[in-house]
Amino acid sequence: MQLTNRSKQVSNKEMTLAEKMYLPAVVSGLAITIRHFFRKKPTIQYPEVKKYLGPIYRGHHILKRDEQGRERCTACGLCAVACPAEAISMVAAERKKGEENLYREEKYAAVYEINMLRCIFCGLCEEACPKQAVYLRHDQMVPVFLERDEVIYGKERLVEKMDDRYIRVANSEVKATPTEPSLTRAAT
Amino acid sequence: MDLPILIVKGIIILVIFGITLLIATYSTYAERKVAAFLQDRIGPNRAGPWGLLQPIADAGKMFFKEDFIPSQASKWLFILGPCLAMLTALMSSAVIPFADSIRFAWDKVNYDIPVQAIEINIGVLYIFGVVSLGVYGVMVGGWASNNKFSLLGAIRAASQNISYEIALGLSMITILMMTGSLSVRAIVNEQATFFEWNVFTQPLGFIIFLTCSFAECNRTPFDLPECETELVGGYHTEYSSMKLGFYLFAEYINMFVSSAFISSLYFGGFHYPFMNEVGGALEGSLGAVAGHNVATAIQFVVFFGKILFFIFFFMWVRWTLPRFRYDQLMNLGWKTFIPLSILNVVLTGAGLLYDFKYASWLIVIVMTVLAVTSTARTPKQAVIPQQS
Ligand code: SF4
Ligand code: SF4
Repeated sequence: MQLTNRSKQVSNKEMTLAEKMYLPAVVSGLAITIRHFFRKKPTIQYPEVKKYLGPIYRGHHILKRDEQGRERCTACGLCAVACPAEAISMVAAERKKGEENLYREEKYAAVYEINMLRCIFCGLCEEACPKQAVYLRHDQMVPVFLERDEVIYGKERLVEKMDDRYIRVANSEVKATPTEPSLTRAAT
Repeated sequence: MDLPILIVKGIIILVIFGITLLIATYSTYAERKVAAFLQDRIGPNRAGPWGLLQPIADAGKMFFKEDFIPSQASKWLFILGPCLAMLTALMSSAVIPFADSIRFAWDKVNYDIPVQAIEINIGVLYIFGVVSLGVYGVMVGGWASNNKFSLLGAIRAASQNISYEIALGLSMITILMMTGSLSVRAIVNEQATFFEWNVFTQPLGFIIFLTCSFAECNRTPFDLPECETELVGGYHTEYSSMKLGFYLFAEYINMFVSSAFISSLYFGGFHYPFMNEVGGALEGSLGAVAGHNVATAIQFVVFFGKILFFIFFFMWVRWTLPRFRYDQLMNLGWKTFIPLSILNVVLTGAGLLYDFKYASWLIVIVMTVLAVTSTARTPKQAVIPQQS
């Protein structure tokens, strides 16, 4: 039976004296490794040097606001249904009079939580959302958490700030996917 | 002895001891760096600039790990093992001549103090005595652990060291024959001119000596005393914290000492081409005392260059060659190296009789010719039963 076309005929032919002496093989091996010594290292010094992971990288979640600063989410629950990890939960509430500048639709999410321990960053919530309210940022990762009670992200960590709006463009200026600044080290 | 001579001697010993320890410590760092570079990685770079504080961090870690002695182990032997390994490794560095001598004037007399911890005329014997004691560190540790895997590792270490020490000694004997002295300094001074370096007169002896020192240091490709798969670690399975650190550290000191001996015995030690001319010029321009000391410093640096190269070579080999199987190791020691080095002794003796220093080349040439002709012949192809 042949599984691949790369199989090789095994031969246990007797070694010649040169092969038995090992030394030529040893020397050629040493030559190979010393060549690697001077080669450019492919290693990326991760926390100091970051690679741009592309415009479709799925990182930190964000709940979008529209141009007038109103939250787009209408608490329809489609993202929670779509989520395979059941990470999203929310409590819906009705918009009161005078809150029109806060919420876009009559119904909004009073509580919107994503459990980051469960989330697998599949991006299905982003696809399911009819209001284009939830996105996964391509330029920011979820920071490492050390405490269990830090892992449920409420609205205060998800809703975007108006002075720092997230726009997903494949612009060439974004060179890296930065992590939380406190977790990166000063370059040594 | 006069007081100033004693003081200078003491300083020399302290400096040599300190440098031995320092180089051994930084070999652990260098090992990781070299390994990384040979494998297209970067290596440790977190602790300090370029990771230079890594050995200190490692030592700190070693100190704070739990120090554990198995309840069934014989306690004192268990502690003695790593101490022995460390002690013998350090002791063997005593007879290395690091440079010519330090000169200082006292009472209008110039004193020359050799840069060497002890200058004895049985240096080579002393080395062999101490180095062969080194295996006791491993043996005692493996035995005292009261663990059959450790014991097996220790026995493997012992049998390996015995089989390689014979070849090591035999390959050395040719040098002793040519020098006519057991003093390491005399051997080094014999190689004053470049083409008299023993590596040129004794190429075969050099290769055997080099390989055997690898086996003596228990380094890859001969690191058989330790093995994860069949020994669950090796002779040090039961060791933890700084006691394990001592074993590992002793290996690096051994490596340093071996490199120093390889460069003393085969690569002219602290000699470098045109050394006497440089020394003479320095003494002419700076005066007898200062010039001599500067020349000595240059020799020191040259010698360390050679040592560092061989330490690098040890690591280079470690990350190139796979380890030997145990029976291959024994075959290589008993069936290849011992006959070859006996042949070498005989040929060198004959060469000395007829005043021809390069007799050892004969073996190398004959073997090369044999190898080339055998490669040219198409080898017999063994018949493999075809499976359908
Ligand atoms: S990315 Fe996937 S797992 Fe994470 S919240 Fe969205 S749908 Fe759930
Ligand atoms: S984020 Fe989108 S899908 Fe989820 S509840 Fe809000 S509007 Fe619906």
